[in-house]
Amino acid sequence: MSLRFQRAIVVGGSSGIGAAIARQLAAGGAAVAILGRRTDELDRVAAAARAPGAGAVTTLAHDVTDADSIAGAFGRAVDSLGGLDLLVYAAGILHVPEEGEYDLGRDREIMKVNALGAMTWTGLAAARFEAARAGTIVAISSIAGERGRRTMPAYTTSKAALTAWMEALRNRVSRHGVNVVTVKPGFVDTEQTRHLAKKPMVISAERAASLILAAARRGGSPSTFIPARWGAVAFVVRNLPSRLFRRLDL
Amino acid sequence: MTGAGLRAGAPWRVLDGFGGSQRSASLFTRPRSVEELADVLRQARAERLPVSFRGNGRSYGDASLNTGGLAIDVRGMNRVLAFDRASGVAELEPGATIEDLWRAALPHGFWPQVVPGTMFPTMGGCVAMNIHGKNCFKAGPFGDHVVELDLLAADGTLHTLSREREPETFRAVVAGLGLLGAVTRVKLRTKRIETGRLRVRPVRTPNLAAMFDCFAQRLPTADYLVGWIDGFAGGAALGRGLVHEANYLSAAEDPQGRSLLDNDRQGLPPSIMGVPRSVVWRFMKLFTNDPGMRLVNALKYHLPESFGGDGSFLETHVAFAFLLDYVPNWRAAYGDAGFIQYQVFVPDSTARACLAEVLSRCRRRGVVSYLGVFKRHRPDEFLLSHGLDGWSLALDFPVRPRDPAPLRELTRELTDLVLEAGGLFYAAKDSVLDAPQFARAYGDRLQRFRAIKRALDPDALFRSDLSRRLAIGG
Repeated sequence: MSLRFQRAIVVGGSSGIGAAIARQLAAGGAAVAILGRRTDELDRVAAAARAPGAGAVTTLAHDVTDADSIAGAFGRAVDSLGGLDLLVYAAGILHVPEEGEYDLGRDREIMKVNALGAMTWTGLAAARFEAARAGTIVAISSIAGERGRRTMPAYTTSKAALTAWMEALRNRVSRHGVNVVTVKPGFVDTEQTRHLAKKPMVISAERAASLILAAARRGGSPSTFIPARWGAVAFVVRNLPSRLFRRLDL
Repeated sequence: MTGAGLRAGAPWRVLDGFGGSQRSASLFTRPRSVEELADVLRQARAERLPVSFRGNGRSYGDASLNTGGLAIDVRGMNRVLAFDRASGVAELEPGATIEDLWRAALPHGFWPQVVPGTMFPTMGGCVAMNIHGKNCFKAGPFGDHVVELDLLAADGTLHTLSREREPETFRAVVAGLGLLGAVTRVKLRTKRIETGRLRVRPVRTPNLAAMFDCFAQRLPTADYLVGWIDGFAGGAALGRGLVHEANYLSAAEDPQGRSLLDNDRQGLPPSIMGVPRSVVWRFMKLFTNDPGMRLVNALKYHLPESFGGDGSFLETHVAFAFLLDYVPNWRAAYGDAGFIQYQVFVPDSTARACLAEVLSRCRRRGVVSYLGVFKRHRPDEFLLSHGLDGWSLALDFPVRPRDPAPLRELTRELTDLVLEAGGLFYAAKDSVLDAPQFARAYGDRLQRFRAIKRALDPDALFRSDLSRRLAIGG
């Protein structure tokens, strides 16, 4: 099976993997609504995506932490596209606290962007797609969600929550013909990861986007690592005894 | 409702029509009182959010769906407000069901004047759709027995409507598809009965003409009369089926039936042929296909019922009235794609030829109804009602999402046939008509309805997927 996406929303499309996905979707002929906080970045991504033969690209300034505005933004985006086949939730923030740092406000913000915003956006799409008996939802989780890591506690918690939420959504709506796709990238070279000291097996955002869209097009509601070889790493990491895992510099 | 308003704060819900073939995602709320309902309407108006009403979701198509809008579930307002034991006049909130009504009435020797084939529709739905039952030829539709109702309009004003107070509005609200406002109270008459049973007489009719003749012969004396049609039979047997006639009994005719004026003695059997009712739909699913339903229909036609010496038997009101409730969740037998019910109403003068052609077109197209139900009707006073001096045929068709064209083309053809014959349709069942077809069927009545809607609801607050599809108003 190869699904075709003609009308797509990309939330968190102003940079990184989201921007690459938006560009690739538009290049494939899909009409794309790109949402993000930074309008200048959105305009830049949209300008790059607009090309002869590409699908129409619209932008919408949106802050996923403003929960009350999500339903309205979703409605406006769907209206501007004249329907919806694909929602990609790519918004995410990462913070690596210093030793001894407990910035709980920042942790809450991470949960709002990475988990709560995702739940609202994908939940709205799920309701629409369940009624239509069709549609694809993609959320970008992370291999980091496999374990609670001392170096990035809120981030790993938010991604674990997102992975579990997407699994629940998959179990809820895949029976109604909705394709629910969880992607768990390893290291991707983006603005967000630029400051990280070690980035083994890193890939570009364009490469990640192309693997993610390929997984989404295959259908069958997969939960998959990007690229797939991270699956083996995840298997080991998941099965490390806690006493050993906490000693690692992860 | 949260402080964030309805758009941002109300939960979403995927709702479907009873046929399961139409669905929508909409915002959802269930107010518990008229005051809460008024608050919700005020907020929806402020947010320019289209509003529809929903009870137990028994309309087969899209009448209670409101894609992207707000579905107000009236089941939070479900009290029986009053029952007059002397006159049998009942007052109920819109979320109270037919079951609530008969349970309030029966112990005092009354029964609802009109019930459909299921006890689960709410009063709001019964008014909005102007439902009918197996006695529609004699008792008319539900609205004929409504004495008075309260309507909460879009501007927040409460109108008490009856044949004396704002009669034009009353005649638009009944059968008004929930498009003029929220019905918040229904006052209606019930019928005095002497026993808890009916005498039922089944008659086998070898074809459609025989069914018409059987009805014609029994209409003057019957209290209830309903025909079942085997849609798979063709040729000389086209339209064959069974007619069930039922009559109320006097205490003298059925002395033991007095003790059945007891809610606990009116229940449906817990099992069917030894199978618990709750799982029967799983067995039905095995047969819900063309060969299976051909067999089931043939067996139903040929197998004798449990007749008494004179070919009749006694049955409780509940057992006779609520056939659709024998098998809980029976609609699941049609699978995820569901089914549509398509009911046509044809004037007496053209009915014999038209309904014969309807049945034969189904066979020719290879799209055969799994269940056919035949009734006689009388005209009524309500603007968008389906009632006429004529006959109706209700057909259940499975939906095949991978091959939707045959059913779509068939229903388009049948609709044209019925329009040509001067017929009408029933919005509670409809999911196939388009706006020009509906306008052709209802003509001037639709114009009058629209004028009343413009006056009562100028901003078209009340809308549904059905009202948009049929361009009824707003």
